[in-house]
Amino acid sequence: MQMDYLGITGIVLGVLKQFWPVWLALALVLVASFTFKKRLGLYGHLFDSGVGIAGVMICLFWLFTAMFAAVIVTFDPLAQVAIMKDALPGAIDPQSGVAYLFGGDRLARDIFSRMVYGSRIVLIIAPAATAFALMVGTTLGLPAGYYGGRIDSVLSFLANLVLAFPVILLFYLLVTPGIMDTPIPYALAAVFFLFPIVFFAVLFFTRFKTRPERLYPLLGLTLVLGAWIYAGLVFDADPLGLISISPNQLNIFVAVVFASSPGVFRIVRGLVMDIKTRDYVAAAQTRGETPWYIMLWEILPNARGPLIVDACLRIGYTTILLGTLGYFGLGLAPESPDWGTSIKEASRLLRAQIHPALPPTIALMSFVLGLNLLADALREQSMKD
Amino acid sequence: MLSFILRRLGIMALTMFALTVVVFFLVNLEPNLKKLAITQTESRATAEQLESWLERNGYRQNFFVRYGQWLGVVPKQPNIDAATGQAIPRFRFCDEPSEPAYSGLLQGEFGCSTKFRVPVAERLFPALGATGILMFWVMAVMVPISLLIGVLAGMREGSRTDRTLSMASITTTATPEYVSGVIFTVIFASWLGWLNGSAATATNQGITFSNFTLPVMTMAIYGIGYIARMTRASMVEVMTQQYIRTARLKGLSFSSVVIKHALRNALIAPFTVIMLQFPWLLTGVVIVETMFRYQGFGYALVEGAANNDIDLLLGCSLVSVFVVLFTQLISDIGYAYLNPRIRVQ
Repeated sequence: MQMDYLGITGIVLGVLKQFWPVWLALALVLVASFTFKKRLGLYGHLFDSGVGIAGVMICLFWLFTAMFAAVIVTFDPLAQVAIMKDALPGAIDPQSGVAYLFGGDRLARDIFSRMVYGSRIVLIIAPAATAFALMVGTTLGLPAGYYGGRIDSVLSFLANLVLAFPVILLFYLLVTPGIMDTPIPYALAAVFFLFPIVFFAVLFFTRFKTRPERLYPLLGLTLVLGAWIYAGLVFDADPLGLISISPNQLNIFVAVVFASSPGVFRIVRGLVMDIKTRDYVAAAQTRGETPWYIMLWEILPNARGPLIVDACLRIGYTTILLGTLGYFGLGLAPESPDWGTSIKEASRLLRAQIHPALPPTIALMSFVLGLNLLADALREQSMKD
Repeated sequence: MLSFILRRLGIMALTMFALTVVVFFLVNLEPNLKKLAITQTESRATAEQLESWLERNGYRQNFFVRYGQWLGVVPKQPNIDAATGQAIPRFRFCDEPSEPAYSGLLQGEFGCSTKFRVPVAERLFPALGATGILMFWVMAVMVPISLLIGVLAGMREGSRTDRTLSMASITTTATPEYVSGVIFTVIFASWLGWLNGSAATATNQGITFSNFTLPVMTMAIYGIGYIARMTRASMVEVMTQQYIRTARLKGLSFSSVVIKHALRNALIAPFTVIMLQFPWLLTGVVIVETMFRYQGFGYALVEGAANNDIDLLLGCSLVSVFVVLFTQLISDIGYAYLNPRIRVQ
């Protein structure tokens, strides 16, 4: 059957048109950022350099794409239109009259819509997993660096143990369909998800110990919110039914947190060992502050610069890890539209079809590049101070 | 120095022990054993048949006994056929002693690969050799290029060359192997047709430029950016030192200052970074060998993991942990050696 095609201009215009909510949001953010640049602190300073603007724009582009994915897509990312199998970019679906902007894949799905929906999976899991890894690594790295001695030796040994594991082997062992029948992922999740609750509880307790009127509301809020999210994520028993995570995703999440927290641990430990020799720490010790107060309220805020930079780089690294998982077909469902899985699907058939491979690879690369640029700009800014 | 090395070797042995216990535990989880039993028996085997296969081949023994057997501190019992009373090997493709004997890792026995149907050593060491060749070429490409980029960029901080090269290195760090592999294959194999999109022929017919360039390029590109950035940072630091200024002020030309005075000191830090790249290269090896179908260590690991080949996986994890820890040790020793200001306690 004869199929109609859009020309290259048609494809470009079509893509630009589909992304309209993103352009709108980007324009708003850009105008707002430049208007209030002076008052925005570190974020405002990012707009001083071309690298910073590029980094912010790329990251925001993907963030908005993930947010407005439902509006941007032209087709359901899982729907198969048989006639569009391996269709070239710009082919028009005769039934609906809408074009497959980036063509169709082996299973006749719209590559453009899959790429857009893939951003959703990546942009939820990667930052969230990084946040948890930061929590775990910080909570363990602070005492290791501050106390030194035996705690440090034990924790460092454990961290090096995980770091000595090749990531791929770790994933092959931790992310298998079989392991979801065992309690291991849930046990790991139970341990990892406890860290944020402990972290915030200790954070508020050390600060407001003597001021119960501030302490109790904050502590109560932490515990209630924490318990709610904890129940939803670990036991899948959220009483309100708002928070739930599929066993698949929990497994990936746990594996990624497990693989990246030792790196955070090492950085935090090194920073703490450096900062604890400063005068203000000695002053706090002389005042008789408790060790945890010093760690959380004196040392941690002063380590935030390198940690923010590291967090940016780490989100990128987590994205790469997620892609690796997808590439090896671990954890995510085989029809999942995430970038790693799409790259795997496409790279097998590279000899026959090229076009399915390019959108997910470029998407992944540009997102990680954006994060790296952002980290670079942040590092430059923090060095100026 | 000697006691430092001995202590590090002790920690290394302890790490390897702990990791193999963890791997042993994970590969012996019930679902994984089921998977192994299913791939090793006929596909239509009933649950009882699977169970009796596991029982017969000793997978139902106590966990610690089995780990001890693998390690070689508990004697391995021969597999006695109940009907004839004779010892039959568990797997006909591997020799097995017919009487109780210590045959484990400490005796140099890596066990038996159930996927490739050969003793693990026969599979693992040729694969390591193949990967060693790949690694060699990756290093041979990656190290000079990244050092050159780093030195050129760090020589004059903030110049146009610096900006361009830094941008390029950031881009390569954002390109994991499965991305660059696809892009390079599209460009060099599909469009230009210069190179072979698969390295499968390298295993049998030998390595040629056309089948080996893509894997090497793909692996090198991810590391180049990182090493170059580290070199640049180190170079920038050295260029601000007093002795560089002195050398410039006494009238030496810029190029001779860079080559004679700066370079030596600027290359100490990248040495550590390059050594610490090995763990990353291991991951890269797995991706690249899968993508380009090159039969090396990574390929063996993926096949072993996909089929829950217990002994092969244990062998693979031992090798990779050894590589990671050994390169760390070398980087520490080398750093102390290169930089006399560092004294190892």
